[in-house]
Amino acid sequence: MIPLPPFLRKFLRLPLRRCLLAAVVAVSLPLQADDPVAPAADAAAETTAEATPAAPTTFPDIVHALGTASLSERTALLEALLATKHPNSVAVLTAWLEDHLHVRDADGAVFITAEADTQLALTDPLTLASAGSEPAEGFSKVGSNNSLRKLLRSAVASFKLGSPEAAVRLAAVQEMLRAPDELTLTMLREHAEAEQDPAVLKAIAAGQAYADLTSDSADTRLAAVKVLSGALDGESLAKLEALREEANEPDERVRNAASVAISSIALKRKLYSAIETLFFGLSLGSVLVLAAIGLAITFGVMGVINMAHGELMMIGAYTAYVVQQIMPTHLAASILISIPAAFVVSGLVGIAIERGVVRFLYGRPLETLLATFGISLFLQQLVRSIFSPLNRSVATPEFMSGQWVINDALSLTWNRIYIVVFTMIVFAALQLILRRTSLGLKVRAVSQNRAMARSMGINSDRVDAITFGLGSGIAGVAGVALSQLTNVGPNLGQSYIIDSFMVVVFGGVGNLWGTVIGGMTLGVAGKLLEPAVGAVMAKIAMLVFIILFIQRRKQGLFPQKGRAAEGH
Amino acid sequence: MSTQSMTGQGVLIPALKADRGGQVLLALLLIAAVVVPIFNLMIPEGSFFHLSTYTVTLFGKYLCYGLLAIAVDLVWGYCGILSLGHTAFFALGGYAIGMYLMRQIGPRGVYGNPILPDFMVFLNWTELPWFWEGMNHFPVALLMVVLIPGLLALGFGWLAFRSRVTGVYLSIMTQALTFALLLAFFRNEMGFGGNNGLTDFKELLGFDLKTPGMRVALFITTVVALAVGYIGCRYVIASRLGRVVQGIRDAEGRTRFIGYQVESYKLWIWVFSAALAGIAGALYVPQVGIINPGEFAPINSIEVVIWVAVGGRGTLYGAVAGAVLVNYAKTWFTAAFPEIWLYALGALFVGATLFLPKGVVGLIPARREKTA
Repeated sequence: MIPLPPFLRKFLRLPLRRCLLAAVVAVSLPLQADDPVAPAADAAAETTAEATPAAPTTFPDIVHALGTASLSERTALLEALLATKHPNSVAVLTAWLEDHLHVRDADGAVFITAEADTQLALTDPLTLASAGSEPAEGFSKVGSNNSLRKLLRSAVASFKLGSPEAAVRLAAVQEMLRAPDELTLTMLREHAEAEQDPAVLKAIAAGQAYADLTSDSADTRLAAVKVLSGALDGESLAKLEALREEANEPDERVRNAASVAISSIALKRKLYSAIETLFFGLSLGSVLVLAAIGLAITFGVMGVINMAHGELMMIGAYTAYVVQQIMPTHLAASILISIPAAFVVSGLVGIAIERGVVRFLYGRPLETLLATFGISLFLQQLVRSIFSPLNRSVATPEFMSGQWVINDALSLTWNRIYIVVFTMIVFAALQLILRRTSLGLKVRAVSQNRAMARSMGINSDRVDAITFGLGSGIAGVAGVALSQLTNVGPNLGQSYIIDSFMVVVFGGVGNLWGTVIGGMTLGVAGKLLEPAVGAVMAKIAMLVFIILFIQRRKQGLFPQKGRAAEGH
Repeated sequence: MSTQSMTGQGVLIPALKADRGGQVLLALLLIAAVVVPIFNLMIPEGSFFHLSTYTVTLFGKYLCYGLLAIAVDLVWGYCGILSLGHTAFFALGGYAIGMYLMRQIGPRGVYGNPILPDFMVFLNWTELPWFWEGMNHFPVALLMVVLIPGLLALGFGWLAFRSRVTGVYLSIMTQALTFALLLAFFRNEMGFGGNNGLTDFKELLGFDLKTPGMRVALFITTVVALAVGYIGCRYVIASRLGRVVQGIRDAEGRTRFIGYQVESYKLWIWVFSAALAGIAGALYVPQVGIINPGEFAPINSIEVVIWVAVGGRGTLYGAVAGAVLVNYAKTWFTAAFPEIWLYALGALFVGATLFLPKGVVGLIPARREKTA
């Protein structure tokens, strides 16, 4: 005999199973005993006594009988089936409910089926092994009617209530509450006693409260309103709103309680949606900061306009793509590896750009701008030649997909949370390098006063190359993050370059904190504007705002002070 | 504002006499204006000497770019303002004439509405937006070609120059400006045909745009506009205003200390340049037959700058040479080796800035001249 799966074993323990049987029996026939097995069989025998002299009691017999039984007989058979406690019952019931139970016309054998073109793929209900596939014409469906389906649904749901997985139980509860009656509520109440998962408990409580709202007793309704006032979901809100109407609710106390509950829910929902908008803004801001922070180093610290910055991001994103192609089975590891890989690749390309072109153009920012723009075109075409002009998608590892559901009104997507966290880490690392290492000291020295730094023995050429490499490497890392948000294509960088410059200029050149605050401000402001005027207009408004802002404070939010400011 | 005791001719004629490159350019334009109609209209098709209408339109397009390049060179080469948003003015001029051409279609559109252009009918609009009123009159459209880019430049420049935004910051601001316009014109609600822009033009001043005669007429108009624009710019540069502007380019602080109102001079030349770009756009649109938001793309503006850099900035004729050369190369490359074009353009950017600080015209051995 096949060992019973744990959820079935749990199902067969007492209170639950009693509920189920109560459910089955209440619709079909009176049941008198507490001992569930024998009476059920007796009962089956009783009901079917007129129709068939010997009612089947074993699982194979019952299943076989299902094929030829009439609709009314099937009710009894369903119950008998449950009484057998056979582990395959749930599979048969589910198949039946979903119209996937067929009987072969030739010999009356019953199969669980799946449609494949004109064929039916057959599964033997006794062994759950595949039994080949045959043309659909030779089969008839084991039908059901509304009352039978209701019975089946609650039987299947009760099976699922026994599942060890909270998500399955929650789905079962929701399914049962779709059309709740006294019976399901009783079942759920009993289930709640043993239930540990808060989400399932909450769903049951809400279902109970919905039912109580229709109660005749005003006190019960009042209590239900009190329960619902703690909810946040739209359904509870709608139910409460209906109560405010005098036509729906005669009792004034309940009406007032509903009004109070509604305003409290509405307030909370507003608060949570504000938090959500703020979070969207922060995550958008993080993307901007990530894109801009490398630029803040090359542009801000070195005073070099690097129009190829976006393409360095693109190279980082393609690095993530290549790493993933190399190790397609280890998604999470591939992302973690691509971060340093992208840093190195983009950093090296950056150093090559600095050594090859930029160093000849120091002190001529406009020429640097044009030359690096040329490089950006070159890199775009290079990527097109190597990877084709089509967009590539980089798969998201499991730990970054999905949502973090905090409550009914607020859920945050994981990839955005990771982006925010990642941005913070990158920023902290960069600050650490610039503030706490000897390299950082040299970089700051050269950016403040090149001649003085050189006379102190700093090799400014080398520092320039390394600084440029650092900024480019950060761009590569940003590219990895972007590969998780959008498709990777040759134009990836272009779409961020203007935004990045805006962030750096807005925040104040030569100031990493300014970049972070500037990027976050722009992100949040953009998301706040978006619902009112739409995404495109919000973007236009931000651009116009920055253009105007720079007129007022051309040094940005956080201007450089002291002698360093004179260099720019 | 610019001339005081000196008359216009007083500065212009000597300036043109000293301007060998300009003389060559004007001579070439004169030759083109005479030769092109003959080779296109009088020599029969199939003959070796026949110039196809396609080629005429193509070169007409290049000359429009040349006029745009002059406008950029005027502010960049002579005033040190690197504009990365000049195609915004170019496109606005194009949209102004495009609106006129749309109104000329009249009931011949797909939907046959006598007043509303097709895209408005498609969007279920029932009446013409206010800014389309009057655009069916050619003089109004011509006025708008200059006025709209000019006003935008005035507003932007007034803000930017007054608060002394200079150098790279200004370049990035101009880029943001054209980017914002790009996004705005993509919106259907703006009333400029959204993504598709304005197209399907039929006729200009009652002449069918598709006939070779009209094409040649447009070409000659462009040649004349370029010549007049060139002489105009030369005049501006030679005038007292031009000298102050060059002073600003070389030492803005000192010019200010001497007592000049630097902002006003910059603003004037900036607005003049924008209007010139608008005219270039207005000549461009009837020849290519379409104007859409893509013209606002920031990359286009940067390309214009590279034409000027390749040709030789601060010479005016170099800008025209650069525009024609680069665009001819682009046409040839994108047809012959499409995948190589961006490599070539990229190399051009890097090469021109590293190795050709004076551009192509700087390669031509300079005659010994007393003054520039």
